[in-house]
Amino acid sequence: MSRAGLINLALFAMLPLTAGAALMLDEPFIITLATKVAILALAGVGLNIALGLGGLVSLGHAAFFGIGGYAMGILASHAQSFTPLMQAPFLIEGTKSMPVIWLVAVIAGALAALAIGALSLRTTGVYFIMITLAFGQMLYYFAISWPAYGGEDGLSIWVRNGFPGLNTLDPIQFFAIAFVLLALALWGAGRLAASPFGLALQAARQNAERVETVGLSPYRLRLVAFVISGAVTALAGALFADLNRFVSPTMLSWQMSGEIMIFIILGGVGRLYGPVAGAALFILLEHVLGGLSDFWHVYLGLLLLLVVLFARGGLIGALAGREVAHD
Amino acid sequence: MTEPLLRTENLQKSFGALRATDDVSLDLRPGEIHALIGPNGAGKSTLIKQIAGGLAPDAGRVVFDGQDVTALSTVARARAGLGRTFQISALAMEYTVLQNAMLGALGQAGSVWRFFRPVMGDSALRLRAEQALERVGLETLVTQRTAELSHGQRRLLEVAVALTLRPRAFLMDEPMAGLGTDGSQTLTAFLDDLRREAPILLVEHDMDAVFALADRISVLVYGRIIATGTAAEIRANKEVREAYLGEEAGV
Ligand SMILES: Nc1ncnc2c1ncn2[C@@H]1O[C@H](COP(=O)(O)OP(=O)(O)OP(=O)(O)O)[C@@H](O)[C@H]1O
Ligand SMILES: [Mg+2]
Repeated sequence: MSRAGLINLALFAMLPLTAGAALMLDEPFIITLATKVAILALAGVGLNIALGLGGLVSLGHAAFFGIGGYAMGILASHAQSFTPLMQAPFLIEGTKSMPVIWLVAVIAGALAALAIGALSLRTTGVYFIMITLAFGQMLYYFAISWPAYGGEDGLSIWVRNGFPGLNTLDPIQFFAIAFVLLALALWGAGRLAASPFGLALQAARQNAERVETVGLSPYRLRLVAFVISGAVTALAGALFADLNRFVSPTMLSWQMSGEIMIFIILGGVGRLYGPVAGAALFILLEHVLGGLSDFWHVYLGLLLLLVVLFARGGLIGALAGREVAHD
Repeated sequence: MTEPLLRTENLQKSFGALRATDDVSLDLRPGEIHALIGPNGAGKSTLIKQIAGGLAPDAGRVVFDGQDVTALSTVARARAGLGRTFQISALAMEYTVLQNAMLGALGQAGSVWRFFRPVMGDSALRLRAEQALERVGLETLVTQRTAELSHGQRRLLEVAVALTLRPRAFLMDEPMAGLGTDGSQTLTAFLDDLRREAPILLVEHDMDAVFALADRISVLVYGRIIATGTAAEIRANKEVREAYLGEEAGV
């Protein structure tokens, strides 16, 4: 196995090992942290499909993260208050079932990404960054000013949603759910990168003119990537809301978009396991440095600066060295 | 005379005050190599771009296989069968040589909406890509990263990618540049045969290659075609000698 492969394996194993050790030592808080890393990494895996494979610097992915969060919050709040979402033309009830919530989150995230992407992808470069940011902010302010679901204060869900056959209130079981979804997303993203679609998408990042010349539309490739990316990030948002049993406009804020991007940059842009490394490092810093100083973001900023200036490949790049071209 | 496969009708393109394409009408007939020559900055690449898409003319039409394609995108024109190579290589530089050729085969097959199976395991695409690379003599470099290729090798890869598209007409912008004498001669022999598969509109500065290959030559100066004819006619043309060929005409 190559060095990068070993590092990926270590990163992948790190989460269940940490959670397992915490279980033995009876440290539920650590399990919750590991769960948080898995969920944030999942959001990063989603963004990485757009950013790493497609080269699409989206500063609006909190929109999809938040949409997933609100999908969970809205469905669960109706279920806990026993009021249907709507009665006419047909009855839609709330739900406390995770699989149903995930499905709704994924579809809502995909549709939002389709709409936002269809408009944003007509621009490139800094305009694309600004437009995605603007869409994210629109949703943020909409959530703040929409009183039905808590407005600025957000929505609390009293009991975590259920998964058939599992006790989701048990931290280790909820961790297992989040970790399995992360593992599936990593597997899927890996397949995607090596697929025919992945070949064309990554070519469009390197040279759009080349892709057009072989008769493929970069716009369509990017749009599909953006939709998949938004759907995965929305799934992470639904899990994140379930972890906290709370959703608020903060999930839609541009700071959230920035954080998801920071996971990727810290871990290594375009690296499959980059978001796992980045999210783990981020949460670690938050809890180690955050405990030492309220100004831990300053240190995070310094670290980011160092990575961008000296270690473009992020953490994984620094450890694995330049990846050899394969096949 | 056979019906041309491709023709431009009174194409015009200006960049500010500069007339880069000035009333250009030319055609490409089945089975021929039509060379487009002219000094630097004459507007050859600009013309190719308007034919392949990516640059809209101010006036005039591009007609391919009886269909007006002037309003079509680059993607649609490529699908219709225009295979272009670039003067300044437009390749996916992080990819291997094989991956670039696979991309062409994938575009031609149109089977890009597949998300799970590894593309490198698609033996039909791979075979087509490898065959194209072999035809231009790049078969020993398949695993090489494109960024590490020499200038000339990149030109050959451009040609190989165009081959994977199985186009109905080739538009080649200086494929010989950077190849060296041996490379030019090999490619010249290859293009000589290739015209039987699809006609070639060939922009080239290598006059040995042009006079050896071209069925017809058009000379572009300041955006205008000043002469079109066989190699012998062009050699003998006084205006062409003054404007462009100069001492090269004696070669
Ligand atoms: N996008 C553009 N904007 C402004 N001017 C342009 C543009 N593209 C080309 N030109 C100008 O148009 C003229 C024709 O350029 P073109 O690249 O077509 O020449 P060429 O015949 O291909 O030259 P060469 O032999 O050097 O490749 C040049 O003077 C060039 O500077
Ligand atoms: Mg040119």
